[in-house]
Amino acid sequence: MKIKAQIGMVMNLDKCIGCHTCSVTCKNTWTNRSGAEYMYFNNVETKPGIGYPKQWEDQDKYKGGWTLKKGKLELKSGSKTNRLAGLFYNPNQPSIDDYYEPWNYDYETLTNSPQKKHQPVARPKSSLTGDFMNIEWGPNWEDDLAGGHITGLEDPNVQKMEESIKTEFDDVFMMYLPRICEHCINPACVSSCPSGAMYKREEDGIVLVDQNACRSWRYCVSSCPYKKVYFNWQTNKAEKCTLCFPRLEAGLPTICSETCVGRIRYLGVMLYDADKVEEAASVENEKDLYHSQLDVFLDPNDPEVAKLAKEQGIPAEWIEAAQQSPIYKMIIDWKIALPLHPEYRTLPMVWYIPPLSPIMNLFEGKGSRQTAEDIFPAIDQMRIPIDYLAQLLTAGDTDHIRSTLKKMSVMRQYMRAVQTNKSIDPELISSVGLTEQQIEDMYRLLAIAKYDDRFVIPSSHREEVSDLYAEQGSCGLSFSGGPGSCF
Amino acid sequence: MSGQILWGIMPYIVLTIFIGGHIYRYQHDQFGWTAKSSELLEKKKLAAGSTLFHWGLLCVVGGHVMGILIPEGVYASLGISEHMYHKMAIGAGLPAGIAACTGLVILTYRRLFDKRIRKTSSPSDILTLLLLLFMMLSGVAATFLNIDSKGFDYRTTVGPWFREIVLFRPDASLMESVPLWFKFHIVIGYVVFILWPFTRLVHVFSLPLKYLTRSYVVYRKRS
Repeated sequence: MKIKAQIGMVMNLDKCIGCHTCSVTCKNTWTNRSGAEYMYFNNVETKPGIGYPKQWEDQDKYKGGWTLKKGKLELKSGSKTNRLAGLFYNPNQPSIDDYYEPWNYDYETLTNSPQKKHQPVARPKSSLTGDFMNIEWGPNWEDDLAGGHITGLEDPNVQKMEESIKTEFDDVFMMYLPRICEHCINPACVSSCPSGAMYKREEDGIVLVDQNACRSWRYCVSSCPYKKVYFNWQTNKAEKCTLCFPRLEAGLPTICSETCVGRIRYLGVMLYDADKVEEAASVENEKDLYHSQLDVFLDPNDPEVAKLAKEQGIPAEWIEAAQQSPIYKMIIDWKIALPLHPEYRTLPMVWYIPPLSPIMNLFEGKGSRQTAEDIFPAIDQMRIPIDYLAQLLTAGDTDHIRSTLKKMSVMRQYMRAVQTNKSIDPELISSVGLTEQQIEDMYRLLAIAKYDDRFVIPSSHREEVSDLYAEQGSCGLSFSGGPGSCF
Repeated sequence: MSGQILWGIMPYIVLTIFIGGHIYRYQHDQFGWTAKSSELLEKKKLAAGSTLFHWGLLCVVGGHVMGILIPEGVYASLGISEHMYHKMAIGAGLPAGIAACTGLVILTYRRLFDKRIRKTSSPSDILTLLLLLFMMLSGVAATFLNIDSKGFDYRTTVGPWFREIVLFRPDASLMESVPLWFKFHIVIGYVVFILWPFTRLVHVFSLPLKYLTRSYVVYRKRS
């Protein structure tokens, strides 16, 4: 058994209000530079929709992730030789128009325009060519289902469903999906990088691009099935979400988590067995991938595991953090968090609690049935939203989605009963496989969501690997071709 | 005297700058060492241009190794006559040269006239392409003008000249009888080789063959 520690994230979609604060703070921290202005390491999509870049989930088009070839795991873009032969032209790489053409506004005309009959207008100007342009697509064009009656139907998840979604106003459902790099346990981007510039950090599993080693071969961009590796058109190097490693190293949460107003994000440590990864990613049936990934994780409270982890050099602080990990509870103990698109076989490490809101809207909305007993039949009847969630989170298996949603709704009912001094049928609680204590804990972590409960991040003792005194006042930007020193 | 400078001394100046420049750039500018792909901004013309150019050029380079680096004697000992060699060289070399040239023309057109590419090009990108275009056109022209099998044999002149340079025994007299087109081709080659380490062409030395034997996932410890 080879034990590795990995920092992962869980997002509780039930509480995402789609405010884009995460995207904005991320952008201000990492990508507000020319060449990177089109990149959103964190973006929030309204689903159903084609997303950013367009149809990123269509792996027939982009050939991202892994596939099984005669039972053996292979990148969807083919063999290693295949990729070397495609260095000169990668047919699967998205072009800038698949994201959007970045633009700025000609603000100057607002201040220096001569007196005219009509008010001056700040026209949009392309950041690539400097020409005036018409904005026809953007990073969040489908916000709140804008144009959803067209693009919603082009969503690859919808196209895989047996029954199509309804786009009439009364029947429509929607949800927000905030996305960052998954920092996968079996990353396709790292595996496809011919120059070995991409790597997974031994200590915490964060996936990074070595800017000095990247040679612009671009296979990471197409091989990442989540399209979370971007190509900087000015430096000609790949860039991606860093999971804000300088913050994590200091024990702080990522900027997207820190600033999330809905408090939907959780960060914690998971221990996993690296020897089991290949086997887990190679299971035949896509629907088994969720369970096979669960099997890769180790129980940090098992004294044997803790002892072995210590022997293999994982710091005591990290083992303790793993034992208190909020994401371990949601992923393993309560099984309410699910991986995004497990069928890509990358063993992603940003998991999601499916939103109950599409169901609750119909259940608790105007003119709906109100009795608590009706919620289970309601969940069973909601074929379309549940099918859709299953395409996103369980490779199409609706059972896991249903059981998760039932747990969430039982939690609501239980807490409502507690608050209003009413009784609740104990069978309802046991039917979802939880105890009252577990439900109270779930409520505390999901609804109260205290800062220290959401983020259990061990410091990584940077002072032991570098001379911080000498680095005082230095900055990471003063390299050749970079923007220069901070002063 | 001018022959001595051009064919006896210049090659060493060029090689010094070429090798020294690469070492210097590798030491000081890892961040700038990239293939500078512009596929993100334009795909269609790149698909045709880059594919034709790169594969064509790989064949052309192979042809140069066969014609310049490998002495005539080796072919003779293998029983390949002068006539057979010439037919082979023209038959394979010309199509490869034409393919690479076509690709290069497409790439140059794309760089100069595709607005997104033009606006994001550095002077060095444009200069590199134009020089390569000159070099290739002069090479193809030289081959065309030498299509007659009784024509000039570079394997007894340019070939030995190049090999003697590598062995530090420069003999400028070997270049005396070489036709102007070939000389022109070599001189543009000088310019390209001098500028090479300071342009995007450095990516040639980053061909990631190690990838074939590497494990898929790479782990790194913080240092």
